[in-house]
Amino acid sequence: MEFSGAEILFKCLEAEEVEYIFGYPGGAVLHIYDALYQQEAVKHILVRHEQGATHAADGYSRSTGKPGVCLVTSGPGATNAVTGLATAYTDSIPLVVITGQVPQAMIGTDAFQECDIIGISRPCVKHNFLVDSLENLATTIKKAFHIATTGRPGPVVIDIPKNLTDPKVRIPFEYPAEIEMRSYKPATAGISGDIRRAVDLLLSAKKPMIYAGGGVILGESSSQLTALSRELGYPVTNTLMGLGCYPASDDQFIGMLGMHGTYESNMAMHECDVLLAVGARFDDRVTGQIDTFCPYARVIHIDVDPSNIAKNFPVEVPIVGDTGHVLDDMLAVLSETNRRPDPEPLSQWWDQIKSWQAVNSYNYDRNSDLIKPQYVVEKYCELTEGQAFVTSDVGQHQMFAAQFYRFDQPRRWINSGGLGTMGFGLPAAMGVRFAHPDAEIACVTGEGSVQMCIQELSTCKQYGVAFNILNLNNGYLGMVRQWQEFTYESRYSSSYVDALPDFVKLVESYGHVGMVIDKPGDVEGALREAIAQKDRLCFLDFRIDTEENVYPMIEQGKGHHQMRLNPRRSEFS
Amino acid sequence: MRHIISLLIENESGALSRVAGLYSARGYNIESLTVAPTDDPSLSRMTIVTYGNDTVVEQIAKQTDKLIDVVRLVTYTETPHVERELMMVKLRAVGSQREEATRLVAIFRGKIVDVTDSTYVVEVTGDSGKIDAFLAAVPSEQILEVVRSGVVGIARGESALKV
Ligand SMILES: Cc1cc2nc3c(=O)[nH]c(=O)nc-3n(C[C@H](O)[C@H](O)[C@H](O)COP(=O)(O)OP(=O)(O)OC[C@H]3O[C@@H](n4cnc5c(N)ncnc54)[C@H](O)[C@@H]3O)c2cc1C
Ligand SMILES: Cc1ncc(C[n+]2csc(CCOP(=O)(O)OP(=O)(O)O)c2C)c(N)n1
Ligand SMILES: [Mg+2]
Repeated sequence: MEFSGAEILFKCLEAEEVEYIFGYPGGAVLHIYDALYQQEAVKHILVRHEQGATHAADGYSRSTGKPGVCLVTSGPGATNAVTGLATAYTDSIPLVVITGQVPQAMIGTDAFQECDIIGISRPCVKHNFLVDSLENLATTIKKAFHIATTGRPGPVVIDIPKNLTDPKVRIPFEYPAEIEMRSYKPATAGISGDIRRAVDLLLSAKKPMIYAGGGVILGESSSQLTALSRELGYPVTNTLMGLGCYPASDDQFIGMLGMHGTYESNMAMHECDVLLAVGARFDDRVTGQIDTFCPYARVIHIDVDPSNIAKNFPVEVPIVGDTGHVLDDMLAVLSETNRRPDPEPLSQWWDQIKSWQAVNSYNYDRNSDLIKPQYVVEKYCELTEGQAFVTSDVGQHQMFAAQFYRFDQPRRWINSGGLGTMGFGLPAAMGVRFAHPDAEIACVTGEGSVQMCIQELSTCKQYGVAFNILNLNNGYLGMVRQWQEFTYESRYSSSYVDALPDFVKLVESYGHVGMVIDKPGDVEGALREAIAQKDRLCFLDFRIDTEENVYPMIEQGKGHHQMRLNPRRSEFS
Repeated sequence: MRHIISLLIENESGALSRVAGLYSARGYNIESLTVAPTDDPSLSRMTIVTYGNDTVVEQIAKQTDKLIDVVRLVTYTETPHVERELMMVKLRAVGSQREEATRLVAIFRGKIVDVTDSTYVVEVTGDSGKIDAFLAAVPSEQILEVVRSGVVGIARGESALKV
C-alpha cells in the first residue's frame, strides 16, 4: 500500500496513540485536513484562534502527562501559535505542533502566507524540523514525539511544506518502532556515588528542607518524593509549578515558597542547613534577591537538564538524572543504611517552623462585607474536596488559587508559571476536559486575563465542553495595580479595566450559563449550583473586593527573610 | 577569560543558526565561530571562541551542548591544545614596500599568494597573537584589506573529538 504525506501524518499520530489534535485549517494544510476527514483514529477539535489550540493541547498534556498535539496553517496560523509554544517551553511541557508551510519550490519567494516559523520559533521550542522529503516524514514525526516527551520535555514544531502532503504523491509507509539519535541521549539515572553523597548529606542535616518543583510532576515521581520525605520526616515546600507533587494536606507540607509563598517556607529556606532541590530551577520568583538566598545551605540538586544545575546558584551535590530514577535510588540507599536523621535537632527545627506557621501569613479578612477572592477559592476547594482540576490565568487570582486550593495530587494545578501567559486558563481547561470527561474542572481567572482567549467559549459550545469559570472580577489588572500601589505610589497607570463586558450576557450569547455574585453570602450557593451543573459551562462573575492584595510578598531586591506581610493581619480573626 | 569550545554538530540545514541564535538570545559573546563539514560529511565541526568567567562559560558550554543537533562538545580551557587561524591580507606593494613586505612575510613564515604591480596578497597562519603581531608590524596605510578565518582548535595527544 502507498500513502500520501497527509495520510502518513495521521498514521503516525495513530501510532503515537494521539487521541485529539487541536487545530485550525488554512491553505497550506488543506491536504492534511482532507486526509483528516477520511480517517477516524484521531479526533480534531476546531478552536477559534491558534493560541487557543496550543493552550488546549498544553492543558491536555499537563493533566495527563501525554504530549499535546496541534495542527495549524502556515503564516498567521503559525505565528498565532507562538505564544503557546513559548508558554509550553518555559514550563517544559511536551507539545508537537504541526505547521503547514508553502510548497518547497516557493520557500524563500515571499509566497502567500509564507513565514519562517522555524526561525521564529527556534528560541521557544525544544527543537524544530522543516521536513525535507516525503521519505523522511515518518522518521521526523517519530523524532519529534521522542524529543518532546523525553529528558526535559518541551514543545517541538514540525513544519511541513504543502507539496509533501499532496494526495497524488504516494509512498509506502512504515513507522519506525525505535529511534536512535546520536546527538540526543538524555540522562536517566544519576551517578551512584553522588546519590550516596546526597543521602549522607541529607542525613547529617539539622535544619533540612526539601524544595520540589515541576520536574517531580514531569518525571511522574510524586510517590517517590512523598516516600522519601516521609521516611526522613523533613519539611517540604513546592514551587508554583510543583504544587500537588507533594500532598498539600500532609503535615510535612509547609506551603509554596517564593514571592507569594508562605512565610514559613521562605523563612525555612533562609535558615536551612541542607537543601534538597528536586526538579526545580531556582527561578528568580522563587529565590528573591539571589545574594541573600539560602545563606547557610549545602545544596543537593536533582535535575535532568544539566544546564539548570548551578545556573543561578552554586550546588554541592549535583545529580543529573530523572527525578523518578534518582529518588528510587536514594530510597534504596536509605533502606540499606540504618542511619536516620537525629531526632533532637529535627524536632527543634519543626518547633521553629511551627512558630513561623503561627504567623498565618495567608490569613485574610473573613468578616468583610465584600467578597474576598481568597474566600471564593477556599470555598471551592472545600466543596470539591481538593480533587478538582484547576486551571488559571495570570495575576492576583492565579496566586490566590495557588495559595488557597490545596492540591493533594499532581497534574491537578494547571497554570502558566514561567511565561505568565494571560489567556492560558480558559483554553487549558478545555484541553483538560477532553482528557478527563467526568472530572470537576474550574478555571480561576480574572476579568483581564479571561478576555484574552474568550473566543474559545465558542469551541466549548461546539463540543459540549463544560467546566466552571470562576472570574475573580476586581475591575483591575490587579497584579499590575498591586505593584503600582507598592512601588509607584498608587499611580494606577493603565491598570483599570474600563468598559468591561456584561459577562453574563456574553457567555449566554455563546450558549453558556452566567451568574453575577456580589455578596459573600451568595458565594457558596453559586459554587454549589455551578458544580452541580455537569453538562453546562458556568461562568461565575464574582465581584470581589477591588483592592485586595496578594500577601505575603517578597518585593524586588528582597530576600526570603524580608517578606512583606499583610499590614492588617492583626485585625483578622 | 577567553575559552575555546569545539563541537560536532549534525550537518543539517539550520544547524549554524541554532548555535548563532542561542548565543545572541542569551547574550553570550562570540569572538569567532568557524564551521565546516568533517571527514564524515554528515557532521560539521565548529570552533567557538568566547569570553566569560568560568561559571558563564560552563553555562555557555552546557546550553550549547543541549542543542538537539550537537553530537559532542569539549571546552579547551584546561586541555593542552593547538589553535590556528588563517589570515589573508592585501597589502599595497609599490617601490620599497615590496621588499619590506617580503621580508616581514618571511619572518612570520607567511606566503605571498597573489602578486600584481601594486599589491600583494599575503597568507599568514598561526595563533591569533601571531596574526595580530603581523598586522601590527605592517604600516597601517599599507593594509588594503584583511580577512581572517577565525580560530580552529584541536587537543594535543590522544584525546580526540569523534563520534
Ligand atoms: C504572577 C506570577 C507569580 C509567581 N510567583 C511565584 C511564587 O511565589 N513562587 C513560585 O514558586 N513560583 C512563582 N511563579 C512561577 C515562576 O515564575 C516559575 O515558573 C516557577 O517558580 C518554576 O518552577 P520550578 O522551579 O518548579 O520549575 P519548572 O519550570 O517546573 O521546571 C522544571 C524543572 O525540572 C526539571 N525537570 C523536568 N523534568 C524532569 C525529570 N523528569 N527529572 C528531573 N528533572 C526534571 C527541568 O529541567 C526544570 O529544571 C510565579 C509566576 C507568575 C506568573
Ligand atoms: C499576555 C500578557 N500580557 C501582560 C501580562 C502582564 N500582567 C501580569 S498580571 C496582569 C493583570 C491581570 O489582570 P486580571 O486577569 O484581571 O487578574 P488580577 O490580577 O486582577 O487577578 C498583567 C497585565 C501578562 N502576564 N500576560
Ligand atoms: Mg482583575
